[in-house]
Amino acid sequence: MDGIIQPIIVEGNKIDPNIIRRDFPILNRQINGHRLVYLDNAATTQKPSSVINAMDEYYRFHNANVHRGLHTLAEEATTAYESTRAKIAEFIGGVKPSEIIYTRGTTESINLVAQSWGRANVGPHDRIVITQMEHHANLVPWLMLAKRAHAELEYIPINAEGYLNLDNIDTIINGNTKIVAVTQMSNVLGTINPVDRIIDRAHKVGAVVLVDGAQAVPHLPVNVKSLDADFYVFSAHKMLGPTGLGVLYGKERLLEEMEPIEFGGEMISRVQFDSAEWNILPYKFEAGTPHIAGAYGFGPALDYLTKLGMEAIRNHEIELTSYALEKLHELKYVKIFGPLDENQRGGVISFKVKDIHPHDLATVLDSYGIAVRAGHHCAQPLTNLLGEISTTRASLYIYNNKDDVDELVKGLIEARRYFGRV
Amino acid sequence: MSEPLDELYREIIMDHYHSPRGAKKLDNPDISNEGKNPSCGDEIEVALKVGDKTIDDVSVACKGCAISVASGSMLAEAIKGKSLEEVKKIASTVREMLKGNQVELSEEMGDLEVLRSVNKFPVRVKCALLSWTTLIDCLESLENEKKTKTSTTE
Repeated sequence: MDGIIQPIIVEGNKIDPNIIRRDFPILNRQINGHRLVYLDNAATTQKPSSVINAMDEYYRFHNANVHRGLHTLAEEATTAYESTRAKIAEFIGGVKPSEIIYTRGTTESINLVAQSWGRANVGPHDRIVITQMEHHANLVPWLMLAKRAHAELEYIPINAEGYLNLDNIDTIINGNTKIVAVTQMSNVLGTINPVDRIIDRAHKVGAVVLVDGAQAVPHLPVNVKSLDADFYVFSAHKMLGPTGLGVLYGKERLLEEMEPIEFGGEMISRVQFDSAEWNILPYKFEAGTPHIAGAYGFGPALDYLTKLGMEAIRNHEIELTSYALEKLHELKYVKIFGPLDENQRGGVISFKVKDIHPHDLATVLDSYGIAVRAGHHCAQPLTNLLGEISTTRASLYIYNNKDDVDELVKGLIEARRYFGRV
Repeated sequence: MSEPLDELYREIIMDHYHSPRGAKKLDNPDISNEGKNPSCGDEIEVALKVGDKTIDDVSVACKGCAISVASGSMLAEAIKGKSLEEVKKIASTVREMLKGNQVELSEEMGDLEVLRSVNKFPVRVKCALLSWTTLIDCLESLENEKKTKTSTTE
């Protein structure tokens, strides 16, 4: 791709955010007269030039539908679309490309499993197990499935520090359990969960496990094979890629058994007026024209992360998270939710500032060009469990540096001063 | 502190936020309605005591940000003792103003003018609107003798 500056790995297998920043045009923006300090990466990340250019080039030079044309453009588009699929398969641990289903995002991936695998395999008195720290996307589909199937929905609880409490895991994941759905990293607390232990227990009782990797894959080295996850789901836009593209990884054996939930073009092998047969994996689950431009963009996003190395990214985030936690901790009026050990958490930091509502805080920070999220972060039950209606969340990524954290801290000090004036 | 913020968090607004009027829930309201903005978590309850075509008393219980609390407090202050017709007019005028439409406020609506600056912060308009929309829905239910339904401005 033209115009990208190669990121440089600095000593100690870390990345240099100040070099990486040059690849992200949006970081040159001024917001309300200040440089943009983008700390809303758990919602979506910014895109490097290589991703933006690739999507632009698709529409300028290669635009065609995939898999069904016999002309040059269709061939080019199909090749690019499938090569991104292969990159995804490689990125998460070298699975088969046919085990990678393109979806619109994590939410659609989970819904697909709940509606297809779930409806076929979960019945009355069966049990579905999730955790108290799930995003609505990994909660509501299971709630609906449980209601529809007259099954039980059980929650693995969290403790006061924001870790999963696995003391009773053997009774929670019992013999009736058909599926366990768990996030690898909380989008509110930043907690990195011991999914290997949960998978181990689930497999002992014959249950399958879906891992919500939306917050994990962008930040940690992930290998779904060594994890032995049955389903693994995530979104492109939280890892430098475009919105509207997500991934469902499933073990071939499970995907083969599953019925499609959407029907139409592409997903069939043979259609007659009175019958239809399904296409092979992964196409069986990809009805209609997919997000081809998205696949064009996601390829360079994966290349970018691969070039940096997920270990190096993780090391950078551990260091920056530790710095942020320390700085926030110095402010007596700031309460941090979630684990304080940076080795067991990611760079998602939710907090509240005494006597300032998160929305007011977000407005004050925005006036300084600082973008954070305020609200319940699509995890209302968890937020309520923390005793809050909403919290403020700052979330870090590869291009954030210590200056960004310092700006946040300055913004919080200003906000306190401002709201304390009456 | 930067000027634009001062436009949003005017002294009057901060005063209402720190000591909201009508915050104590009415014991036996004639009608009440809830308002919720699910994505931000703001929750409000507007309760009315209705006399002979007047609002005899009002309470606005609000869990939310400075803008939604202040807006609700100003609502309570503005409508107490007014006739139902007047209240309907005030509420729809304020709603139009918050939505950015050109409307003139009458002199007696006085302080409510400060809410106009919320316009400059598009993401916060829904906060200021919540109490007013909840009130308008409440009055409609009263008029049509229908059950109230949770309001929202998202």
